[in-house]
Amino acid sequence: MFVTSAFAQESAPSADTSHAATGGDTHSGTSVPAEAHGTFPPFNPETFPSQLLWLAITFGLFYLFLKRVVMPRVGGIIDVRNDRISQDLDQAAKLKGEADAAVAAYEQELAEAKKNANSIGQQANDAAKAEADTARKKIEAALDGKLGEAEARIASIKANAMKEVGSIAEDTASAIVEALVGGKASKAEIAAAVKSVAR
Amino acid sequence: MAADKVDPIHQFHINKLIPIEIGGYDLSFTNSALFMVATVVVAAAFLFLTTSSRSLVPGRLQSVSEMAYEFVGNMLRDAAGTQGMKFFPFVFSLFMFVLVANLLGLFPYFFTVTSHIIVTFGLAALVIGTVVVYGFMKHGLGFLKLFVPHGVPVFLLPLVVLIEVISFVSRPVSLSVRLFANMLAGHITLKVFSGFVVSLSALGAVGVAGSILPLAMAVALTALELLVAFLQAYVFAVLTCMYLNDALHPGH
Repeated sequence: MFVTSAFAQESAPSADTSHAATGGDTHSGTSVPAEAHGTFPPFNPETFPSQLLWLAITFGLFYLFLKRVVMPRVGGIIDVRNDRISQDLDQAAKLKGEADAAVAAYEQELAEAKKNANSIGQQANDAAKAEADTARKKIEAALDGKLGEAEARIASIKANAMKEVGSIAEDTASAIVEALVGGKASKAEIAAAVKSVAR
Repeated sequence: MAADKVDPIHQFHINKLIPIEIGGYDLSFTNSALFMVATVVVAAAFLFLTTSSRSLVPGRLQSVSEMAYEFVGNMLRDAAGTQGMKFFPFVFSLFMFVLVANLLGLFPYFFTVTSHIIVTFGLAALVIGTVVVYGFMKHGLGFLKLFVPHGVPVFLLPLVVLIEVISFVSRPVSLSVRLFANMLAGHITLKVFSGFVVSLSALGAVGVAGSILPLAMAVALTALELLVAFLQAYVFAVLTCMYLNDALHPGH
């Protein structure tokens, strides 16, 4: 009601032209029903039953066709695809897990190998150091031995030399006494005198 | 015939193609009926043929069908929840019917089914009829809670109920008039501008030069009408979803 009145007001001028136009139209033989000329076509109640009937028929068939044929099919396509995608995602996740495990195992092995390499290096280092130490000690001991021998020889040479110093001093002293006093001093006296001086 | 070409109302005339009259009612197969059949055939054939290969990786046309399907499905799920999905075939049929009818109407010399109020009203009445029948079937008299919102003071209740009832009753009207008026107005405007082009170019060189502007307008309006055709089908389907939601959950 509200709609019809509002529209009629708005379209009054164009409805007039429609009168004239469609008036000429009937003469030229188009099959516009004579009743339709008076009203604006969408508001002509004469066409309502036919339009409703054909709308019901066509839309009803369309609905049935979509419901029975098209929608199960499209829904099926989408379901299959979603299943496939989730399957593929699962597969990908599984493969990723495997790859991660492989990487972890590899890293563990690498760490172990590094540890082994370190310990081997350490051992080698220690062994080399120990060997060097023993070698050094041996050389030091040998050197010490030689040093001791040399010192002993020096001491004996010194002792010999000191012994000879006593006899030289006695000879010298007796010669001096002879020269100064002119008499011969006994050997025992000179030795005692030298000994007391050397003390 | 020349006047015929520029008459913007001519395109809405209904011509009887096969006269049928039963029980005093004129049930003729008209050009409107022909285009309803065309709409249904085009829509059904498109959906049927594009999905016939059932490709896992869809081609372009199959994507279009699937997009329409999922678009309407999401629309209904958003508006009415998973319970509303039992109406999916209905809403999808409505959307496709209105969309294809609107799009077919854009072809020159084609009849626009949705530019007749009785067609859009028939579809809207179908929607509201479904809402009412299903609402009472599912909730019994509890469906009437639709008209009694929660948390309204008692002294305001009569007024609010009255407003709710009026708003409910006006739904089929607004739903049908929105689609009808959009299609009608769009096609009249398009025809008027195209008519200008024809009449002006009949006036010689100056007229031809002057007809460039209405021609550009007609081109721009065609693009706009394409948008409107999609938009109105979308609006019709969205509102249908919202009304169906009321039938499913009447307690707001």
